[in-house]
Amino acid sequence: MAITREEVLHVARLARLSMSPAEADKMREQLDNILAYIRQLDRLDTTDVVPTSHAVEMGTPFRDDSVHPFEEKEEILKNAPDREGDFFRVPRIIED
Amino acid sequence: MADIPVHEWTLLTAAKAVRDKKISSRELTRALLSRIERINPKINAYVTVLPEAAMREAEARDEEIARGIVRGPLHGVPVAIKDIFCTKGIRTTCASRILKDFDPPYDATVVERIRAAGAVLLGKQNMDEFAMGSSTETSCFGPVLNPWATDRIPGGSSGGTAAAVAAGTCFAGVGTDTGGSIRQPASLCGVVGMKPTYGRVSRYGMIAFASSLDQGGPIARTVPDAAVVLAAIAGYDRRDSTSVDIPVPDYVAATGRGVKGMRVGLPREYFTEGQDASVKAAVTKALTSLISLGAEGVEISLPHTGYALSTYYIIAPAEASSNLARYDGVRYGYRADGAKGLIEMMSRTRAEGFGEEVKRRVMIGTYALSAGYYDAYYGKAQKVRTLLRRDFNEAFARVDVILTPTAPTPAFRLGEKVDDPLTMYLSDIYTIPANLAGIPGISVPCGMSPDGLPIGAQLLGKHFDEESLLAAAAAIEREIPLRRVAPFEG
Repeated sequence: MAITREEVLHVARLARLSMSPAEADKMREQLDNILAYIRQLDRLDTTDVVPTSHAVEMGTPFRDDSVHPFEEKEEILKNAPDREGDFFRVPRIIED
Repeated sequence: MADIPVHEWTLLTAAKAVRDKKISSRELTRALLSRIERINPKINAYVTVLPEAAMREAEARDEEIARGIVRGPLHGVPVAIKDIFCTKGIRTTCASRILKDFDPPYDATVVERIRAAGAVLLGKQNMDEFAMGSSTETSCFGPVLNPWATDRIPGGSSGGTAAAVAAGTCFAGVGTDTGGSIRQPASLCGVVGMKPTYGRVSRYGMIAFASSLDQGGPIARTVPDAAVVLAAIAGYDRRDSTSVDIPVPDYVAATGRGVKGMRVGLPREYFTEGQDASVKAAVTKALTSLISLGAEGVEISLPHTGYALSTYYIIAPAEASSNLARYDGVRYGYRADGAKGLIEMMSRTRAEGFGEEVKRRVMIGTYALSAGYYDAYYGKAQKVRTLLRRDFNEAFARVDVILTPTAPTPAFRLGEKVDDPLTMYLSDIYTIPANLAGIPGISVPCGMSPDGLPIGAQLLGKHFDEESLLAAAAAIEREIPLRRVAPFEG
């Protein structure tokens, strides 16, 4: 069940990582090794095992649905790579 | 005390000296800043040093002392933190190009709490990029060198913090541990490092890697020093929905409890043929010292141990791929120039902004969560995680703590494993299970290799029983006295 170069490029697109063909080949080889190691889990029968998502059991914590204003808008916006007034500016969204 | 240089004092000694007005916070801070200036260019442990801000804080703490005000147990003591904790107005990078100029609009809870306890912040410490690594070689600022041998790595990902503490450039630091990132570098640098129970220390403002595994904790030169820092940062925080609302006990007192009658489990899966001889000998010595103080060694089995690494390398990358989706060049951080459209901008920003190890893990995680593979990988790993937890639950019905090596070998050479991801991952094989089970773990120095490299013993405990770990680790440290500041003068 080796991972193919096409799959690598597909996953890279899902992960929003641009990748050259040479990088994809190297990545394919490394992922193949790691995934082959990981698949040792297939040896375990886990049919009746309940999955764990958090190791320390706790209920869902609820909080009041109330507004806590954050006064320092500028502290956030100053980190923007590109801004226009109080907006983050990005390249065009609908591509050709 | 007079004949020991200030930078070798324990944190508790320094804190008491400030409270007793034997030394000012300014004198302490100035001494450590000048040591950082001299030592840091050679080991690269800090990525940001804050000389002016630290001196201002020290001055304020001294004025408080003059007025009889003591903020808390760290009053006037200079410490530092891993560059993964957000600090308002101080750049926070996670050692990644993608965050190189990020200036957070708020402080992490850990930062608020160490300041509330009176600590002076010296700076921010180097780390593996986004905490992904075991050698601090994936940092965009270049690797950290081990102060015990500068051709060696310090471990990772909190390698900057461990190296800085071992080099006497701060009295203690706060790191984070997702699969061993506090304990493994502590072991390799000859200092004490503790990963608390998941939920003990707030993750608010701690840049996320794998949210169900990440936990902040102290790195210090002695167990009582680690205990006092843990006490300062632990506790419930409503801003972290996974932080647990139970009282914080007196951790410093716990270090004096002793180990009489304590049942110490020795999992046979952690003591195998072919193990590094010096590691095995040092951990055996730690066991012997606990037994000499009245503890009892009990052989146990954690049968699913061999599956922990695989489980971790599905769950951690899966969570990371989701957490790191936020680095898209829109709101903060690096943005690639000249892209024609939004998707191209994001894809190039991430390709140029992330290092190789981070990309590898984002790829593994995205693959493991993608359509058609979710059940086979992520779903499977979550089930095996249950089996690993069950192993520990069964063991802790018979024993109070578990003793193992922290890392399979002492510090390895720079560049030795950097091109072989799987071999690198194996250096966390003894520390990863605790993160998957959410249990606390501590690494305490217990010996030296024949070529003069530190070796640590790991103790694992029940959920929220940090006290037993501190008691046992402090006992080992009293029985096996070792030099804690590396004999490195640059």
